[in-house]
Amino acid sequence: MLDATDLRILRQFQADPDLPAAQLAERAGVTPTTLTRRIDKMRDNGIIRAVRSVINWPALGYTVEVSLRVQLDKTQPRAFDEFLAEARKVPEVIEAQTFLGQVDARLSVIARDMVHYQEVYRDKLLTLPHIADIEALMHVARVKFDETLPL
Amino acid sequence: MIDLDDTDRAMIRVVAQDALISAGALGRMLGLSQPAAWRRLKRLKEAGIFRGQRLDLDAQALGFSVTVFLGVKLATKGRVSLEDFERAVTAIPEVQTVEHVLGAYDYRLRVVARDIADFERVLRRRIMTLPGVGNIDANVLLSEERRPGPIG
Repeated sequence: MLDATDLRILRQFQADPDLPAAQLAERAGVTPTTLTRRIDKMRDNGIIRAVRSVINWPALGYTVEVSLRVQLDKTQPRAFDEFLAEARKVPEVIEAQTFLGQVDARLSVIARDMVHYQEVYRDKLLTLPHIADIEALMHVARVKFDETLPL
Repeated sequence: MIDLDDTDRAMIRVVAQDALISAGALGRMLGLSQPAAWRRLKRLKEAGIFRGQRLDLDAQALGFSVTVFLGVKLATKGRVSLEDFERAVTAIPEVQTVEHVLGAYDYRLRVVARDIADFERVLRRRIMTLPGVGNIDANVLLSEERRPGPIG
């Protein structure tokens, strides 16, 4: 479905998503018209879902980020669904994932500071349903975060 | 820190989903004129509210059907520098994110692969050979959702 030109465009685009269209066309070795047409087509068929802005949470006062790894009580048949449904109601949860492995679910949680985190953790997270075990990883630094695909 | 009103917060939510939205469309959604929407967005951008843009691709459609999160513990802390590990791990194309964390692991990696066999290749040839790498814990991603966060 995708040809070499599409892949070249995607490679350059994801490497530098802030690049103006004219420069992106130049790097991908296509005319601006071809670039627009190809990108529109990849948007239409869902290859490109969106170009998103990444929120800089520390600039909004959220300086703490914690990764909570959760093991659920799997004797409860609806453990995953009910856990996720309640986790969605916590505004400080910015990501929720489920896994096959030792960890069943993971939540990315942000907070203004450690005092605020303690409040969120005690009042909104430990009270989520069907938690069997919970483990926290505190974020120190993001070393790589571009989430590019090895195309 | 920047003061935000409800319109600013709504604008952040919209732009987080669609970075390329025009000031005109943004204004229509939020009940602002095109110039007013443009001025507000400019102010948010200048305050550093956005870290930049990210291309959201359908990994599955592009042939990447497996995503694995790895918890990596360094075996020889002190002997191998964190910089050496970080430089080597960020150079692996299949490694999408690297987070330095405190807790049971030292680093958290998000790895994408075409299938389980491809993942095994990346794990054995690229990740287990990284300088200083010790215990590795792997969890295969089943589902993922990103939430708007506390700007509602």
